[in-house]
Amino acid sequence: MKKLESSLKNMVLVLTGVAVIMGAILALVNNMTSGPIEAQKEKALADGIKAVMVCDDLVVAKKEEVKQNDAKGKEMTFTIYQTKDAQGKDLGAAVESTTGGFGGDLKVLVGFDIEGNILGYTILEHAETPGLGAKADKWFQKDGKGNIIGKSPKEPLTVSKDGGQVDAITASTITSRAFLLAVNNAYKAYMAAPAE
Amino acid sequence: MNYIDIIKNGIVKENPTFVLMLGMCPTLATTTSAMNGMSMGLATMAVLICTNFVISCLKNVTPDKVRIPVFIVVIAAFVTILQMFIKAYLPDIDASLGLFIPLIVVNCIILGRAEAFAAKQSPVASLFDGIGIGLGFTLGLTLLGICRELLGSGSIFGFTLLPETYNILLFVLPPGAFITLGFLVAIVNKLKA
Repeated sequence: MKKLESSLKNMVLVLTGVAVIMGAILALVNNMTSGPIEAQKEKALADGIKAVMVCDDLVVAKKEEVKQNDAKGKEMTFTIYQTKDAQGKDLGAAVESTTGGFGGDLKVLVGFDIEGNILGYTILEHAETPGLGAKADKWFQKDGKGNIIGKSPKEPLTVSKDGGQVDAITASTITSRAFLLAVNNAYKAYMAAPAE
Repeated sequence: MNYIDIIKNGIVKENPTFVLMLGMCPTLATTTSAMNGMSMGLATMAVLICTNFVISCLKNVTPDKVRIPVFIVVIAAFVTILQMFIKAYLPDIDASLGLFIPLIVVNCIILGRAEAFAAKQSPVASLFDGIGIGLGFTLGLTLLGICRELLGSGSIFGFTLLPETYNILLFVLPPGAFITLGFLVAIVNKLKA
């Protein structure tokens, strides 16, 4: 078969045709995968809440959004998940907090007990350098070098370079600062939220 | 040229990483670990096989003057499909490579193979070319990832082999990618000579 000539009519027809067909295929795939993608996100969040509250058997009693201004006056949104255990006892809350990391938004979920001590944390979204800043998912855990579990950000947590108590990730001070800021902000939002 | 030769050609003679030197952006950026390198290679291979086949099927109805826009529309569609599937069913890969998957659209291997191979050859031959070049790319990225992960983090595919005191941070950082790639290309050329 001979190649189609490059006349204006042919070019417009072919390009439009290809774009329409590909668009239709994309719409179909989007339709197929949007359900599982949502489910995946919800599952990640539910697992995250369980992990940071260090409790497998809990219920999210209340979900609320808190808006606060940061030091520069920019409005930030926090999502607070008040949790209770199976017996209905207050466990504290998991707080979702976002700051700007090294490569983009850094979204963490921090679990606090009723007094505001850190129970656990997990990183929900990040765009940090793999092998460096991306280590934040383990670094600040209990057996990591910059352990923050059990501490209270009443006095804001800072890295040792800034005169604080927490060891920053090797060669990733910016990520470490962003992470601790997210934790501190989460604490403030949690403390400011009306207790039940 | 039979199909085995086409595959061999993609892995050895025209290896995209070590010989053609195409697709250097994902090669250098995603190979911080063996697993990341391999995932990126396989994702690119999946896209390449589909686009090579479809573009080859379309080659006779594509007027020459609009062939590049047509190729790019096809490539972008397949990359987006792949991204949706990865998000839906492989969340771990999405977390570590998420940013780089959409960038496969502008990976020059894909457009390069469309232009150099699929636009001239039969659909089945193009399919095999996609497999061959894809395997070559995956091999290159995995090898690079293994070297960098071993030297930089002391592990391979997440299994720790060397204690942390022997880790050379440089190899996880961008300069380490260039250095490792340079050495690997030198070794491959020496072996082939």
